[in-house]
Amino acid sequence: MSLQHFIKNAISEWMRVKGPQSDIVFSSRVRIARNLAGLPFPTLSTSSQAEEVVRMVYEAWQKDSDLPFLKKAAFIRMSDLTPLEKRVLVEKHLISPQLAEESPHGAVLLSQDEAISIMINEEDHIRIQCLFPGLQLEKAWEMASHLDDWLEKHFTFAFDDQCGYLTSCPTNLGTGIRASVMVHLPALAMIQQLPRLLPVITQVGLAVRGIYGEGSEALGQLYQISNQVTLGQSEEEIIDKLQGVVRQIIEHELDARRRILHQSALELEDRVYRSYGILAHSRVIDSKEAMQRLSDVRLGVDLNLIKEVSASVMNELMVMIQPGFLQQYAGQRLDPEERDVRRAKLIRERLLMENNNPSE
Amino acid sequence: MLCPECGKRPATIHYTKIINGNKTEQYLCEVCAHEKGDVPTFENGFSFQKLLSSFLNFEPSFSEHESRATVKHQTLRCPTCGMTYNQFGKFGRFGCSDCYYTFRTHLEPMLRRIHGHTTHRGKIPERTKGALKIRRKLELLKEELARKVQAEEFEEAAKIRDQIRALQEQLEQ
Repeated sequence: MSLQHFIKNAISEWMRVKGPQSDIVFSSRVRIARNLAGLPFPTLSTSSQAEEVVRMVYEAWQKDSDLPFLKKAAFIRMSDLTPLEKRVLVEKHLISPQLAEESPHGAVLLSQDEAISIMINEEDHIRIQCLFPGLQLEKAWEMASHLDDWLEKHFTFAFDDQCGYLTSCPTNLGTGIRASVMVHLPALAMIQQLPRLLPVITQVGLAVRGIYGEGSEALGQLYQISNQVTLGQSEEEIIDKLQGVVRQIIEHELDARRRILHQSALELEDRVYRSYGILAHSRVIDSKEAMQRLSDVRLGVDLNLIKEVSASVMNELMVMIQPGFLQQYAGQRLDPEERDVRRAKLIRERLLMENNNPSE
Repeated sequence: MLCPECGKRPATIHYTKIINGNKTEQYLCEVCAHEKGDVPTFENGFSFQKLLSSFLNFEPSFSEHESRATVKHQTLRCPTCGMTYNQFGKFGRFGCSDCYYTFRTHLEPMLRRIHGHTTHRGKIPERTKGALKIRRKLELLKEELARKVQAEEFEEAAKIRDQIRALQEQLEQ
C-alpha cells in the first residue's frame, strides 16, 4: 500500500474539514443510546434475538438508503472483520472497543464520510454516534436526533414517561446522551495547571478521560470531556453546560499560550523544533513519545512558530501512528518493538512527503 | 448473548485459544470461564460495573425496616428476563426494559445518586407522544362510560364502548 493511499483510508472525510475552534477542540461527538421495545437488552439476548436487531436495522437502512445521510453508507458486521480491522475502526473512533471485542452479533452502519456510525448490539441495541470537527456539539446533537427520528419511524423504542429512554445501564437512562469533545491542552500542561483544572471539571459533573475513552491514558495532552448526567436535564441543557465549560477551558488554554509566548518564546520555539527534529529523524519511537512530540509541534503550528508542517498533517499522524493502523499499513502483525520502528519510519516518510509536496 | 455453557448468564468473556496453530474462539460467562480454569480472569481490574455494584451493595441502612427491605430486593426477580436485583448489582446492567418496572421502588435512590434527578425531561419519541394522547383520551372515555351506565343511557354507553375498543386497538398497533 502506498503512503498516499493509506492516508486516504486513515483519515475520515469529516476530519478534513476545519471546524470552529479547531486549534484547541479537535472534534465534537454526540452518542445516544436506544433500545427496541419488547426485546431483552444485548447482555441477555439470545443469538436469534441479537440477529433480529441486526436484521431490523439493516432492513430500515435498505428501505431508506437514498436518504442523504445514508447514501453510500456501509453496513458492516463485526463477525466479518479481522481483529486488526476492528482495531482500526476503534482507533478512528468509529466504533467502541466494546463493540469490537465483546459483541459477537455486533454491527455498524457507517456513513460514507464516517461522521455517522450507528452501532448495533453494543451495550444497548442501538447507539447513534455523530462526529463533527471542532466545537460543534449542537450540530452533532441535531444530526443524532435526526437519525433517531428516522429510526423511530421503523421501530418502537423502549421508553417510559418517567424514566425516559430505557437503557441497559442506568447511568445512560433518560436522554441516553453522551456528548463529548476532544481538546488539546498543551500550554496548560506546560504551566502545570492541568492538575488544578481537571478536578474542577469533574466537580461540575463532567468527566475527563484520555482519548480512547474510559481508563485510557491521556496521550499528547489530548483530553476527552463529556457529560455524566443523562436524566433530569434536556439534551439541549446537557449540551449547553458542556459547551459552556469547554469555552472556559479554551479561554484558559489560549491565555496560557499567550503567557508562554510572552514570557518564554525562545524556549517554546526550541521545544517545538526539537520535537520536530525527533519526529523527522528518529529511528525508533514509542507511541507515548510520538504523541507528546506531535503535541509540541501541533502547538508550534497553532502559534505560527513552525512553517514546515500543517495542522492537518499533525492530526493525521496522531491517528496513523496507533498500533492498529501501523499493523494495517505494514500488512502484518507487529510486536511492540517492531511497531516503534515502523512508527518512526511512517512519521519520517509523512514529514518528508510534506516537505516535497506541501498540502497547504 | 447468553453463555453457551450454562445458558443462564451473559457471556462477558471472549477468548481465543491457539494450540499448535489451531485457533478456537469461545464466548463464556465469568463463572463458566473460571470453572474452565484456562482463562485468566481480571479479578482486580477496575470496571465501571464494579464501582456501580459497590455502591448498590453498600447502601447504608438506617433502620431495621430498611435492612429488611434490602434483603427483599435482593431476591426480587424480573418476570420478563429473570434477572434478580443481586445479578443487576453484579453486572451493573439491567436485562430488559421491564427490569425498570420490577425494580422501580429501589431505583429512585440509585438514580438520585447517579443523576441527582429521577424524572426524564428530554426528548420524547413521536410515537409515544401520540400514544400518550390516546391513553389520556381513554381515561376520559372510561369515566364517561361509567357515568352513562349509571344514568342507564345504554345506547350512548354502547357508542362510547365502541370508541374505547377502537382506541385500544389503535394503542395495541
